[in-house]
Amino acid sequence: MKKEKNIGAIVGEYGAFIALLILFVFLSAISPEFRQPSNLLNLLRQASFNGLIAFGMTCVILADGIDLSVGSVFALSAVICAELIMMGMPAIVCICGALVAGTLMGVLSGLLVTKGRLQPFIATLVTMTAYRGLAKILTDAKPISRLAESLTGGSFLFKALGKGNLVPIFAKNIKFPIPAVILLLSFAIFYFMLNKTTYGRKVYATGSNAKCANLVGVDTQKIKISTYAISGFMSALAGLMMISRVNSAQPTLGQSYELDAIAAVALGGTSMSGGRGKISGTVAGVLIIAALNNGLNILGVQSYYQDVIKAIVILVAVLSDRKR
Amino acid sequence: MNIEMRGINKSFGTNQVLKDAGFLLKDGEVHALMGENGAGKSTLMKILTGVYTKDAGTIFVDGVEVNYKNPQEAEKAGIVFIYQEINSLFDLTVEENLFMGKEITKGFGICDKKAMREKAQEVMDRLGVSIPIDAVMGDLSVGQQQMVEICKALMVDAKVLIMDEPTAALTQSETEVLFEVMKGLVEKGVSIVYISHRMEEIFELCDRITILRDGSYIGTEYIKDITMDDVVKMMIGREIGERFPQRDVTMGEEVIRVENLSHPRYFKDVNFSVRAGEVLGVSGLMGAGRTEVMHAIFGNMPEATGKIFIDGKEVSIRNPREAIAAGIGFITEDRKTEGLLLEKPISDNIEVANLKKVSTRNILNPKKQIELVKRGIEEFRIKCFGPQHECHNLSGGNQQKVVLAKWIYTEPKILILDEPTRGVDIGAKKEIYSVINDLAAKGVAVILVSSELPEVLGMSDRIMVVHEGHVTGIIDAATADQEKVMTLATGGSL
Ligand SMILES: Nc1ncnc2c1ncn2[C@@H]1O[C@H](COP(=O)(O)OP(=O)(O)OP(=O)(O)O)[C@@H](O)[C@H]1O
Ligand SMILES: [Mg+2]
Repeated sequence: MKKEKNIGAIVGEYGAFIALLILFVFLSAISPEFRQPSNLLNLLRQASFNGLIAFGMTCVILADGIDLSVGSVFALSAVICAELIMMGMPAIVCICGALVAGTLMGVLSGLLVTKGRLQPFIATLVTMTAYRGLAKILTDAKPISRLAESLTGGSFLFKALGKGNLVPIFAKNIKFPIPAVILLLSFAIFYFMLNKTTYGRKVYATGSNAKCANLVGVDTQKIKISTYAISGFMSALAGLMMISRVNSAQPTLGQSYELDAIAAVALGGTSMSGGRGKISGTVAGVLIIAALNNGLNILGVQSYYQDVIKAIVILVAVLSDRKR
Repeated sequence: MNIEMRGINKSFGTNQVLKDAGFLLKDGEVHALMGENGAGKSTLMKILTGVYTKDAGTIFVDGVEVNYKNPQEAEKAGIVFIYQEINSLFDLTVEENLFMGKEITKGFGICDKKAMREKAQEVMDRLGVSIPIDAVMGDLSVGQQQMVEICKALMVDAKVLIMDEPTAALTQSETEVLFEVMKGLVEKGVSIVYISHRMEEIFELCDRITILRDGSYIGTEYIKDITMDDVVKMMIGREIGERFPQRDVTMGEEVIRVENLSHPRYFKDVNFSVRAGEVLGVSGLMGAGRTEVMHAIFGNMPEATGKIFIDGKEVSIRNPREAIAAGIGFITEDRKTEGLLLEKPISDNIEVANLKKVSTRNILNPKKQIELVKRGIEEFRIKCFGPQHECHNLSGGNQQKVVLAKWIYTEPKILILDEPTRGVDIGAKKEIYSVINDLAAKGVAVILVSSELPEVLGMSDRIMVVHEGHVTGIIDAATADQEKVMTLATGGSL
């Protein structure tokens, strides 16, 4: 039987992208500064931190969880990297160490949810608080600065993560920020993982109906833990990019980052009860939030008003998405 | 109350599911509504009570045209609907569900717990059920949940009661009690619309029958004027022959043996074995522990103890993954909460149980995916728009076929089917029986748990009867009859 698509269905399916398009057209029209290529690349870099976290968050939410600890994982991994640098480790060790640590932090959240049978909200509230505390203990609540200078080896690698640019040979005047490159690569990987692999199917099945998935042989506990691990890894990666960019690490980094990440996932049309959603939607959500931040800044809107406007846009987008 | 529905049309998207459908209910009758899965029975009744809005047509109640905007309005007019899908809040208790929105209060919104309990108990006594009023709905078996739904409807003073497959999850004895209650209601002047795929029930209970096919009205007859074969012919437009197809199998070696399987709460010392090509029927009353035994074999009952031998070797099955690896497939009784990813399309549901089949090195292979799903839809004649049809929009019987398809493609050595034909129409039932026979012919050991006695008797080689967690007998199907099974099921001995 033929299935015709009406306008409503199209708007429903690509709602986030349509909202994004409208926002871009609008901001470009009223602000010449916004539409500068250099600003758009800058926007992409700003989006990358939230983007990476939101990708991990998408996995967790698809598997019917939620991860409030991302901001704290972001900070604690960053601090661990900084401490390793101060201990005189080469860059590669510091980076890998932080990524492994972030992943393990995610695994712990996952274990609390599955083996500990805590609700995801509570479990990650616990880890969120604990990791933040640990970050403060590790640093004595003081910032650690001059990171790149303190590195004994591979400081180039460390600097590249957040500050570097990729310059295409054919167009030397375009500088493509490395964080944006990482964002695009991650998107490709997540897209492939969620849509083309059996693992992706298991994630969706777990979030859709864990009981049923378990009975057909999906190890739903393992799948859930793995999504938290992914979320931890992505948060750590974002944290590394951040400290590379600002060349210092402090335990207060990434506060309330979970909110922007969850907002991006929701904007992208992913169901908060799991099982339904797309990584491409999350990309749109991330870009909407980044464009708002960037655009409203350029327009000189006061930050308190910015929050209110952001809230309204999220509400409108999510409401229009619901009408399918 | 007289109800007349005329020229009803209804489409979901581009799929027209009712075409000029009609229905006439007279005062004080029990009127059966029959048709294949997806014929539009539930949809027609949902249009009557305002769950769905019709695209065209008129509805008269006692000669006056009505258009109920929602089920509450219909209920106020005295039309009460027991839905096919269990429609409860699973986190709340039985009592809370029974009185949802109709709490008895002492004024100021304070609930009168005592009055509610008394009323609930009274209705339950009438139905002869013993379900603890404080139990959480989600902890009950499907049969018990169904009973609660029926109680809920009986607490309202209905003039018309619409019952959409109320007995699908009930066993013989509960069904009998329910029929008594229904007869009592009819004497008081209540009219009943009765939807069921169980032919015997229709002929026992109903006065008239209306048949729908592919969303169209086919005809209305007095039950006493027609035969079961006539009904089948009207329903599917042809004859289907014998209800239980013949099986011609030479049984092989013993495939599975269960020894002293016990659980602290549900069952004790269950022993049985099944040979290759054999069908072991499992019968018992609601809550006898049949489903729990099956879950234990499948590694889904952590507290169970006992030994399981497959092909003569003892195996350890601690979770469903190990059961699947050992060659067991399990079609669970509750397709909504355990059998299906309801919000997902047919394709996802079939694929998720067969991920190895549709992938190469863990990467999905679109060609294999499409092939498998197409095959499933064709072989099982699943009525749908296509592979992307979401399961919650399928009719009950077609949902069941999706569950069957997904398990059968895993090619199990041992297949456990727990109520596989619940809510399935007569034609599809026969298809499922043929599938079971084909599997047996291929040497699969089949365990068939069913509350429908004719089915157990018609399909099994041997029948195991369970009573309150104990096996009261395993009898040869050739010498078994309804009476013998019922005696064992109620704890008697032969
Ligand atoms: N909400 C819906 N959206 C789309 N299609 C639907 C919806 N509800 C029902 N359908 C389709 O309408 C058709 C009729 O469904 P209905 O549930 O009325 O069948 P039925 O006669 O009650 O079958 P069964 O005996 O299996 O319960 C089916 O093909 C079903 O897939
Ligand atoms: Mg129905």
